[in-house]
Amino acid sequence: MESSTTPVRPDGPPPATPEVVVEGGADVTEMDPLEIARVGAGKTLLQVRGLKKHFPIVGGLLRRQIGTVYAVDGVDFDVNSGETFALVGESGCGKTTLGRSVLRLIEPTAGQITFAGRDISHISADELRPLRRKMQIIFQDPFGSLNPRMPVSDLIGEGLLAQGMKDRKARDKKVEDSLELVGLRREYTRRYPHEFSGGQRQRIGIARALALGPDIVVCDEPVSALDVSIQSQVLNLLLDLRRDLNLTYIFISHNLSVVQYFSDRVGVMYLGRIAELGSVEQLYKDPRHPYTVALLSAIPDPNPRKRKKRLVLKGDVPSPAAPPAGCRFHTRCWLREKLGNPERCVTEEPQLRNFGGGHQTACHFAEEISADTVSSAVETQSVLETAVADPV
Amino acid sequence: MTEVIAAPSPLGAPPPDNILLDVRNLKTYFKVLDGVVPAVDGVSFSLERGKSIGIVGESGSGKSVSALTMMRLLDIPPAEIRDGEIWFDGREILHMPMEEMRKIRGNDMAMIFQEPLTSLNPVFTVGDQIAEQVERHKKVKRKAAWDRAIESLQLVGIPSPERRVKQYPHELSGGMRQRVMIAMALSCEPKLLIADEPTTALDVTIQAQILELLKTIQDRTDSALMLITHDLGVVAEMVDNVIVMYAGQVVEQGTVDEVLVNPRAPYTMGLLESIPTVEKRGGRLSAIKGTVPNPFNMPPACRFEPRCPYAWNLCAETAPDLYPAGPHGQHARCHLHTPAGAPRLPEALADHERKLNVGHGIS
Ligand SMILES: Nc1ncnc2c1ncn2[C@@H]1O[C@H](COP(=O)(O)OP(=O)(O)OP(=O)(O)O)[C@@H](O)[C@H]1O
Ligand SMILES: Nc1ncnc2c1ncn2[C@@H]1O[C@H](COP(=O)(O)OP(=O)(O)OP(=O)(O)O)[C@@H](O)[C@H]1O
Ligand code: SF4
Ligand SMILES: [Mg+2]
Ligand SMILES: [Mg+2]
Repeated sequence: MESSTTPVRPDGPPPATPEVVVEGGADVTEMDPLEIARVGAGKTLLQVRGLKKHFPIVGGLLRRQIGTVYAVDGVDFDVNSGETFALVGESGCGKTTLGRSVLRLIEPTAGQITFAGRDISHISADELRPLRRKMQIIFQDPFGSLNPRMPVSDLIGEGLLAQGMKDRKARDKKVEDSLELVGLRREYTRRYPHEFSGGQRQRIGIARALALGPDIVVCDEPVSALDVSIQSQVLNLLLDLRRDLNLTYIFISHNLSVVQYFSDRVGVMYLGRIAELGSVEQLYKDPRHPYTVALLSAIPDPNPRKRKKRLVLKGDVPSPAAPPAGCRFHTRCWLREKLGNPERCVTEEPQLRNFGGGHQTACHFAEEISADTVSSAVETQSVLETAVADPV
Repeated sequence: MTEVIAAPSPLGAPPPDNILLDVRNLKTYFKVLDGVVPAVDGVSFSLERGKSIGIVGESGSGKSVSALTMMRLLDIPPAEIRDGEIWFDGREILHMPMEEMRKIRGNDMAMIFQEPLTSLNPVFTVGDQIAEQVERHKKVKRKAAWDRAIESLQLVGIPSPERRVKQYPHELSGGMRQRVMIAMALSCEPKLLIADEPTTALDVTIQAQILELLKTIQDRTDSALMLITHDLGVVAEMVDNVIVMYAGQVVEQGTVDEVLVNPRAPYTMGLLESIPTVEKRGGRLSAIKGTVPNPFNMPPACRFEPRCPYAWNLCAETAPDLYPAGPHGQHARCHLHTPAGAPRLPEALADHERKLNVGHGIS
């Protein structure tokens, strides 16, 4: 074990956080060839089965567990090499938790994660380390995710150091290369986060993820905090990098227009579960889950000549600490209401069912959805009643 | 709060009676350590009674400062009103005494803020807060004010309003709080409702609820609406007219049908081109190059010039005015709409059309 790895910093304030401690020490460049074979394009790169992540709610003087947040509660999906798989859904539905769990940045409560054919659900931290560089994340918040006291050279270099690249010169070169890759100047290594705009900070976050040469990158709301004109710059960058570096993305977003433009397949999440899964074409043209229908209907269209009447859901998302019984969506479901509130939605949890070509939906009555049912639901809804949900 | 304001210069004539709000050459600057921020720099627009207007623009373009200036809610200093007049309901309000303004604010002119928690008082119930405002402005008894509070909650679709009035803000969800804010703003039947990013902090399905609610209310009451947002989709669905702001200035104005379908200022064109759409799948998005200018160091002439794909030497030398650029009062701040720029205009429009519909570059 190395003693201290704090680099000398003649040009900046002292580090506020301790440096990453490096255990073991092979240089990154010597670690190739990896134990992991490259997965051919289109083949399954990541397989997730029965994944759960529950958080305890503790309270009281004795800090006892008084409840559980079912943040991710039984999720199955595959991600193919070279594709962009999007996760969409409202705030709190578990997107970030899912994204972090599959990278094992947080420990899943249950389930199996297979990466490039290898079950990584239970491997030790030591075994995980060489895999880390293959699986990276771009964090949700470009303002909060960069340590304000670290210069860019350390922000990006940190991960390289953790991977054993101890030679400062080599590391700095790699940092500069990654800055260039994301369209920033090589000289920026000495600057601090506050000296950059939101778009530039997001680029630094991307450079940090890419410096290690990953195969798969979880992009957690990479453009949500950005203005449209900057958003398109960052999306273009992600597209270019995907092509040039053969990347696979898990793209987390609540913006359905961005997802439609950017991704190949989509998983719609609701309260910790996947409600619907399919290609962009399947989901946007032929949504089979009433929640997906409502999400799509909620997108405001910038063309004023396409003003439409929306399907408006009732109430708020229930708490993930107390998900409704049966179908988790039943408390807000317009389809169930339209069908005369069948009991089955309350008593039996719907599982994902196949609708052909990989299109899956978890709704007992998915067959009832058509353009006609949707438009008649829109006609009969009362906008003023949409607040109804929880009893006072 | 604003107590003193620059000595009123001789005022212009009041606008015609059908104009509820007339903002004229408004300049709100901030004096800060590093220099002066021209946050709102010569903004003019007007709004007819019962109609709606949207203000769009990127972060920092001066949308909120415009609204806060109109409500006289800015601290002076650091804010400084350099110039301008604001006519509201037949009176000039930018220079009127603060006591007078307090009678208008929350009464004839009400505002919904982006973050409802910061504008609701956590230690009073929802009902107390609404009733207090009604009591003060409408000079009615407590009981009548309380009834009005319940009525307003009902108007915004809150179930069991007679029980909700007794709740505290923290007991409500984000969407419900935003409804309470709207109820509070509507409780005195304002002539103008200003909504600053009323849905930005909310989820898409809750955003849909609130937008539909605002539309319904606009139909049912005679209130005019000023909607501030950076979401062009929200503007397209909600308002009649729109002004587009960039770096403290209005760069384009007109009806939404004109501005969002046939934009005439290169900045608006660029914004619309950069929106991801299904047609652009597989290609790159067109992006506005660079970033918004540093407010301490604005480009000397056209503020968009460093980022504009159509700029030529005139744009770096002479600041453009707002020029007529289309039917129904559409105006654009761009030299392309002057005789000097006319020969360049067709090509710029064709270029915009191309970028709008297809992704380009890769794969
Ligand atoms: N460390 C934690 N401890 C306890 N609860 C947590 C923790 N992290 C997340 N949660 C809870 O788990 C649920 C899912 O959170 P998560 O951040 O994954 O949602 P999300 O879909 O990413 O939402 P957003 O769109 O707001 O980012 C939420 O109810 C959240 O409060
Ligand atoms: N109190 C203040 N002191 C100094 N500068 C300020 C102050 N308030 C606003 N500004 C500056 O004025 C400019 C306009 O800000 P404003 O809040 O109006 O932007 P906005 O268009 O509402 O942006 P957003 O979309 O982010 O809300 C910005 O440059 C901002 O930094
Ligand atoms: S299962 Fe029932 S409640 Fe759930 S989405 Fe389908 S119809 Fe609605
Ligand atoms: Mg998240
Ligand atoms: Mg603002």
